Amino acid sequence: MKNYPVGRRNLLRSALFGSGALAMNSLFPAWAKTGTHGLASKDRTVLSGESLALTIARKDFQLDGRVGHAVTANGTLPAPLIRLKEGQRFRMAVTNHLNEDTSIHWHGLLVPPAMDGVPGISFPGIRPGETFVYDFPVRQSGTYWYHSHSGLQEQQGHYGPIVIDPAGADPVPYEREHVIVLSDWSFLHPHEIVGLLKKQGGFFNRGKQALTSPNRVSSQTNKSFAQMRMDPTDISDVSAAAYTFLMNGHSPDENWTGLFHAGERVRLRLINASAMSIYNFRIPGLPLTIVSVDGQNVRPVETDEFQISPAETYDMIVTPAGEQAYTIVAESIDRTGMARGTLAPRMGMSAAIPPLRERPTLKMVDMGMGGGSGHQMGGHNMGAMATKPEASMPHGSGHAGHDTPELPEKAPDAASHGGGMGHSMRDPKIAGFELNPGVDMISPMPADRTGYPGLGLENVGHRVLTYRDLEAATPNVDTRPPERQLDIHLTGNMERFMWSFDGKKLSENPDPIRFARNERVRVKLINDTMMTHPIHLHGHFFEIVNGKPPARQPKKHTLTVQPGGTASFDLTADEPGDWAFHCHLLLHMHAGMMRVVTVRPLEGEA
Amino acid sequence: MRVFLATSIALALSSTGHAQQMDPAKDGHHMDHGGMAMPGGNPPSDPPMPMDHSMHAGDSMPPSSDPAPMDHSMHSGHAMPSPSAGKGNGAAAPSGHGMAGGHMHHGPVPGDPPHKPVDGRALTGPAHAADLSYDPAVMAKARANMIREHGEMTFAKVMLDRLETKIVDGKDGYAWEGDLWTGNDIDKLWIKSEGEGSFDAAPEQVEVQALWSHAIGPWFDVQLGARHDFRPNPDRTYGVVGVRGLLPYWLEVDGALFLSQKGDVTARGEVEYDLRITPKLILQPRAEVNLAAQNVPEIGVGAGLTQAELGLRLRYHVTQQFAPYVGVQWESAFGRTRRYLRAEGEDPSRAAVVLGLRAWF
Repeated sequence: MKNYPVGRRNLLRSALFGSGALAMNSLFPAWAKTGTHGLASKDRTVLSGESLALTIARKDFQLDGRVGHAVTANGTLPAPLIRLKEGQRFRMAVTNHLNEDTSIHWHGLLVPPAMDGVPGISFPGIRPGETFVYDFPVRQSGTYWYHSHSGLQEQQGHYGPIVIDPAGADPVPYEREHVIVLSDWSFLHPHEIVGLLKKQGGFFNRGKQALTSPNRVSSQTNKSFAQMRMDPTDISDVSAAAYTFLMNGHSPDENWTGLFHAGERVRLRLINASAMSIYNFRIPGLPLTIVSVDGQNVRPVETDEFQISPAETYDMIVTPAGEQAYTIVAESIDRTGMARGTLAPRMGMSAAIPPLRERPTLKMVDMGMGGGSGHQMGGHNMGAMATKPEASMPHGSGHAGHDTPELPEKAPDAASHGGGMGHSMRDPKIAGFELNPGVDMISPMPADRTGYPGLGLENVGHRVLTYRDLEAATPNVDTRPPERQLDIHLTGNMERFMWSFDGKKLSENPDPIRFARNERVRVKLINDTMMTHPIHLHGHFFEIVNGKPPARQPKKHTLTVQPGGTASFDLTADEPGDWAFHCHLLLHMHAGMMRVVTVRPLEGEA
Repeated sequence: MRVFLATSIALALSSTGHAQQMDPAKDGHHMDHGGMAMPGGNPPSDPPMPMDHSMHAGDSMPPSSDPAPMDHSMHSGHAMPSPSAGKGNGAAAPSGHGMAGGHMHHGPVPGDPPHKPVDGRALTGPAHAADLSYDPAVMAKARANMIREHGEMTFAKVMLDRLETKIVDGKDGYAWEGDLWTGNDIDKLWIKSEGEGSFDAAPEQVEVQALWSHAIGPWFDVQLGARHDFRPNPDRTYGVVGVRGLLPYWLEVDGALFLSQKGDVTARGEVEYDLRITPKLILQPRAEVNLAAQNVPEIGVGAGLTQAELGLRLRYHVTQQFAPYVGVQWESAFGRTRRYLRAEGEDPSRAAVVLGLRAWF
C-alpha cells in the first residue's frame, strides 16, 4: 500500500501492451458509440459577466481509458469556472437536460434564501426541461464553488469553481493564479456505493487489520476497538477501491499541470469538491503561505501541509523557483490514493511523485477519550501541569509540534492518575438524547481538537497547519460574546452506515434548529463518531472558536470536527431565511446527517 | 436447555442497547479525569456546572505563556508566542496551546455561554421561508421529498452465507444457508433459508423463515415471524422469536426460539467469527447448537441438546462479495436425538470436509 498505485500499474500496462491498447481504444472511441452523450471536456471554460447560462446534462467522462457516466454543466467536468466581481449582479440561467430534477447551490456565497439552491429548503428544484434563473447581488470576494444539491449528482461531476475578485485592490499580491479543484470520481453509481455501505459498513476499507498486516496496531488497542465493535482502520467510508482522485478532472496519470515563471508569486485556489474524500495537501519543496480559507482572507501563515475536507477552500501563495517542476500532492486521508498534478515552468515536465505514506490508524483519542496526554495534563491534572508543565510537551526539533498532544499511545504515562475508572462509551447521561440504534458511540470525554492537524499528520516531519493557526486578516465586526451555547452531537452507526445529528436523521427530525435574527450563538459540535466530519452551514460565515481573540477568529462556512473531538463556532445569525446545515460528506448527508436552520424574523418582519 | 437459550438471548440483548464499559487504563492510556465527573458533552438541558477559574489550564500555566488578558472566550489567553502555523520550533507552541485548549471545550468552563432556550423572536414568521417566494404547494412536495431523501432509504441484500458440498465418507451431501433482507435502517423483511441433504437421497432438512427484523440497538435486531420446514417429514410450521447481531469482539450471533403448531418448543443458536489472516484470506470458526424442550419423535428430536455443529472454514475473497472456501465440519446429535438417529441406522456423529461458496449482492 505504500507504493503509488496508479502510475506504476499503468506504466507497466502501457509498456506491455503499448500501442496495442491504444489501438483497441481507437477502435471504439467513446464518442463514436451509439447512444453516447458525448464526452465531457476537461478543458477549463470561464464564465464571466452579468448574464450567464449553464446547461446540466449527462455526458460520458473518460478517465484512464475507461468511460463512465457523468452529470456535467456545459459539458465539462469540473463545471466551468465562474469568475465574478464583488458588487456585480449575478444572473445565471440553469437549464436542466437531465431526466431528473437538478439544482445548483452556490457554496459559500451570501445569497437570498430563495437563491441558495437546495431543493425543498430554498426552492422547489429545477425540473427536467426547465430553466431556472438565479439572480442575486455578489456581496463578497474570494474562492468558492458550486454544486448540485439534488440526489447524489455532486458525486457524478456536477461541481465547479467560483472566483470572485474584490471590488478594490486584492490585499493578497500575486502574479499568477491557478484554480485547483479536487474531487473523487467513481465508475460506480453513487447509489450503488451507498447500497454497498448499507449492506456492509466497511465495504470499501481494504486495509482492515489482519494477522499479516504490516502496520498492526497494538494488541491492546485492537482489543479495545474490537470490544466496542469499532475498527481502528475505519478512516474513510469510501476509499480508492471505488475512487480515482481527480485534480481539475484529471487522474494522477493525466497529470494536470499548471505553469509558472520562476520567481512568480503563484496563487493557488484550492477547492475540495469531493463527495467523500478528505485530502492532505502538500507540494514537496514548496512552502505554502495560506492567505485565505473558505474565501475569507486570513493573516498569511506559512506551512508545508494541511488537511482539506470536502466543501473547504484554501488559497495559498507559492513562489516556485528555477527551472524545475513540483508535484502537487493531495493524498486521501486514508492513504489509499492521491490526486496528483504538477506545477512546472513548461508543459511536459514532472517531478518525483512521493509514495503514499503508511496508513494511519485510529487511537483512543479518536473515540472521544479526551485530548491525549495534553488533555490529561491541561484538563484534569492541574497539579501535574503546574509542577512539570513540559512533561507532556516533548517539542520535536524542527517539527510542526503538532505531533505531541494527540498521541496517547506514545505518552501514556504523562498523567497516569486515577486510571482504572471505566468509561462508558455509550452513556445516555452524557448524550442527553435518546440512544437509538443509529448511535453506536457517545464520546465519553470529547476535547476540543481544533489544534489537531488530522489523522496521520501528527508526525510527518514538517509543518502542518491546524485551525488554531488561522487568524482573520481584518477584524471581525461582531465581537459580542455569544448569548447562548447550542450543543450538537454528530452521531452515527458505522456498521449500519447511519449518520445523524443528536441521534436523529433529518428524515426523523425535520424540525429546524432555530436562531433569532442577529443573535450571537456559540455552536459546539461534539463528534460522537470516529470519523472526521466537515460540517457546513449555508448562507452564513461563522467564526471558529480557535483560541484567537473574538475579532480575529477566522471566518468559515465549513468546520471540520475531528474524530471523537469537539469544535465550536460563534455565529451571528444575520441572514434571515431557511438554510441547510449538514455534514459535507455527501453520503453522510444523504444518510440523514443534516438539519434545517431557520433565522427569524424574516426580512421586513422585524 | 431453555435456560441456556434464554441466557444467551438475554446476553445478546443486554449488549445491544446499553453502555459498554471501557477501561482506558487497560489500553495503556491512563486518563486522569477523577477530578471532573464526565466533563464531556454535557447534555444541552443541563445547566452549566459552576467551575472555578482556577480550573483553567491557562491559570496554571507559567504566566509568561499567557500574554493576553482572559476574555469571555477563554481562548485568547492561550495565544502562544508564535501566532503562525508552526514555524520550526516555534510550532511547538500551538501544541502546548492545544493541550490547554483541549480541556476548555469539553465542559462548561467559564467563557462558554449558558445553554438557554431559543429566543422567542426565532419562533416568529412563516414556518418555511421559501413559501413566500414559491408556490407553497410545490414547496410542500419538494420538502417532503427532501426530508425523505435525507435518511429514509430502503435497500435489499441477498446473502448466500454457505453453499457447500460436504465430503463425508461414503455419503457426500450438500448444505446451504442464506438470507435476503429488504427494508430501511430499522425495519426489514428478512427471509432466511437453510437446508441439507445427501446427493443420493431426498433432502434431510429444508427450512424457510419469513421474519420482521427490527433494530433494537446499534448492533442487534430482534426478529419475529414464521418458519416452515418442508423437510424433515412431516413438515412443520413454527412461530419464531429471535435475535441476531454482533457481540463485542465482532462475534456474529443469531439465536431463536421456535414454537411449532403442535406446541413443541425448540431453539437454535449460532455464533461465528471472521479471523482475517490477510485482508482477503479469512478463517471462520462457526458453532451451532440446537435444543428442544421436549421429545418430538415424529421428526426424530429428543428433549435437551439435540444437535451441535462446529465448523472451520477458510475462504478467499476473490472480490469483496465473492469468496470460495474450504473447511471442515463436525456435527453430532446428542441424547435422545442421538438414539433416534441410531435407531434409523444413521450415524449420529460425522465429520466432513466442505467446499463451498460465500457470496452476496
